[in-house]
Amino acid sequence: MAMIEFKGKNFEIDEDGFLLKFEDWGPEWAEYVKESEGISEITEAHQQILDFLQDYYKKNGIAPMVRILSKSTGYKLKQIYELFPSGPGKGACKMAGLPKPTGCV
Amino acid sequence: MAKHATPMLDQLQSGPWPSFVSDIKEEAERRHKNVGNVEFQIPVDVCDDLLGILELSYKDGTTHWKHGGIVGVFGYGGGVIGRYCDQPEKFPGVAHFHTMRVNQPNGKYYTTEFLGKLCDLWEMRGSGLTNFHGATGDIVLLGTTTPQLEEIFHELTHNMNTDLGGSGSNLRTPACCLGESRCEWACYDTQELCYQMTLEYQDELHRPAFPYKFKFKFDGCPNGCVASIARSDMSFIGTWRDDIRIDQEAVAAYIGGEIQPNGGAHSGKDWGAFDIEKEVINLCPTECMWMEDGKLMINNRECTRCMHCLNVMPRALRIGNDRGLSILVGAKAPILDGAQMGSLLVPFIKVEEPYDAIKELIEGIWEWWMEEGKNRERLGELIKRQGLAKAISAVGLTPVPQHVMEPRHNPYIFWKEEDVEGGWDRDIADYRKHHQR
Ligand code: HEM
Ligand code: HEM
Ligand code: SF4
Ligand code: SF4
Repeated sequence: MAMIEFKGKNFEIDEDGFLLKFEDWGPEWAEYVKESEGISEITEAHQQILDFLQDYYKKNGIAPMVRILSKSTGYKLKQIYELFPSGPGKGACKMAGLPKPTGCV
Repeated sequence: MAKHATPMLDQLQSGPWPSFVSDIKEEAERRHKNVGNVEFQIPVDVCDDLLGILELSYKDGTTHWKHGGIVGVFGYGGGVIGRYCDQPEKFPGVAHFHTMRVNQPNGKYYTTEFLGKLCDLWEMRGSGLTNFHGATGDIVLLGTTTPQLEEIFHELTHNMNTDLGGSGSNLRTPACCLGESRCEWACYDTQELCYQMTLEYQDELHRPAFPYKFKFKFDGCPNGCVASIARSDMSFIGTWRDDIRIDQEAVAAYIGGEIQPNGGAHSGKDWGAFDIEKEVINLCPTECMWMEDGKLMINNRECTRCMHCLNVMPRALRIGNDRGLSILVGAKAPILDGAQMGSLLVPFIKVEEPYDAIKELIEGIWEWWMEEGKNRERLGELIKRQGLAKAISAVGLTPVPQHVMEPRHNPYIFWKEEDVEGGWDRDIADYRKHHQR
């Protein structure tokens, strides 16, 4: 596990670049992650998805299913990949500070 | 001299079966010698460290790979299985040891030219170790580092015209038996249907959109050489619906001992002379065969096309000419609620380009499962939870007796309100008019 520093903030991350503690999240985190996730600028659309993921995680303790993410934000999977080239798991969840997806990935 | 001592693994170099230990050692040696002057992109001693950490696991009796791993290539949500060892200081060569799934050709036929190119690519950018093939079907490239993933993907797609396979909650890589390419029992072109469905559903394969994983497998006949009935959520199994074609001369040749039964499959042991009564007629599960004046007769209406008689007398009995396939759904391993094999959904459908009818059935199932499936609920579990009748109506069919092995024995039978005269809205007062308290 590694510590990284960005814009004066410290984040503890794993090998895949996921935040170890959700509570450590800050807007700087999204800024830090974006490059490695192929994103040049965080637009309103990105932000909407990040906000939804965070609210959902706070309320339910899990990340939403892709279907729920699409239905709730109005973004089709195709659009989500346009925004987050690595997809909702590796791209959006990482940027939102959610824990790393698990299972038979 | 090997980097790590591997006394336990060394024992697996003896015995007659090809030893994976000897092979990995050979590759480790090759990398050290590097006769071809390859610019290795990951540690040269990756194979030594793999053997080292495996030896440690043999000693400890436990795995030394960390939990999970989320890596991949841009544009796709799967295809790479990330993996990190939990002793990176001792075994830096396998600190990153990701697996890439590469989509295999159907039936797994190759040219040495293709394999040579793939090996050159993997030798330079990976460990040089593979799995030919993963159980789902993929070519498995075993062990590389994160920075190499996009490089390999670029090479695969730009220079080899080859894509990644699937992983995650999506359509996984489809696979088929070798079908018509070299089997006289293939009831449809399994390779072609598998290929066409793989192409059609590339999006579903590369970008997980499902509640959970979903697999297709294509068997040319009920012998099930790709085991679709046990290993795919949607299993396509070839069959025919007209008569078995009988060559009576060849039947006589079998009886006369001129042709060995089962293609000679049991020649390693003396089972006595071939006895058609004992080995075929009395073993037919529906007892629909008999001999009459030295001729073999089959009551095809009662044949369940189990393949037994064809398997015993391949030169005398052949599949019918009116061919198609059955679709079975729901196979899965035990987690969560128990193992399942496929249940018959579509008894017979013709296999005709451009396969629209088959696509409609697939999409009908997906539409239902994508909407109703809970997180990480396989199709088979949704069928248990909501009922086979729902699956049947999801593909626009009506229930037929072939849908069940036997009717239910419990009477907990639901009725739709519209099917019951008067419906469910009842007033107790009306009832009381006739029945006092
Ligand atoms: C002519 C009279 C009756 C008929 C034709 C009748 C018929 C039935 C039938 C067909 C069932 C369903 C059987 C099953 O679940 O496998 C049933 C269940 C039941 N009957 Fe009757 N019954 C009669 C009288 C009674 C009486 C008088 C009682 C109680 C005082 C009673 C109590 C029950 C109970 C508790 C069950 C439910 C069993 C369960 O849920 O497993 N029945 N009856
Ligand atoms: C605290 C009291 C009771 C409890 C907790 C109870 C609970 C249950 C439960 C859980 C069932 C099964 C429901 C199902 O099929 O899913 C059932 C069925 C049934 N109970 Fe009771 N019960 C109680 C009292 C009674 C009494 C006093 C009677 C009759 C005088 C009765 C008659 C029945 C009958 C006939 C059924 C079967 C209904 C059917 O087959 O659809 N129960 N009960
Ligand atoms: S499943 Fe049937 S058609 Fe396919 S290879 Fe096996 S025997 Fe032949
Ligand atoms: S295929 Fe099976 S059921 Fe049909 S006739 Fe042959 S042995 Fe009997």
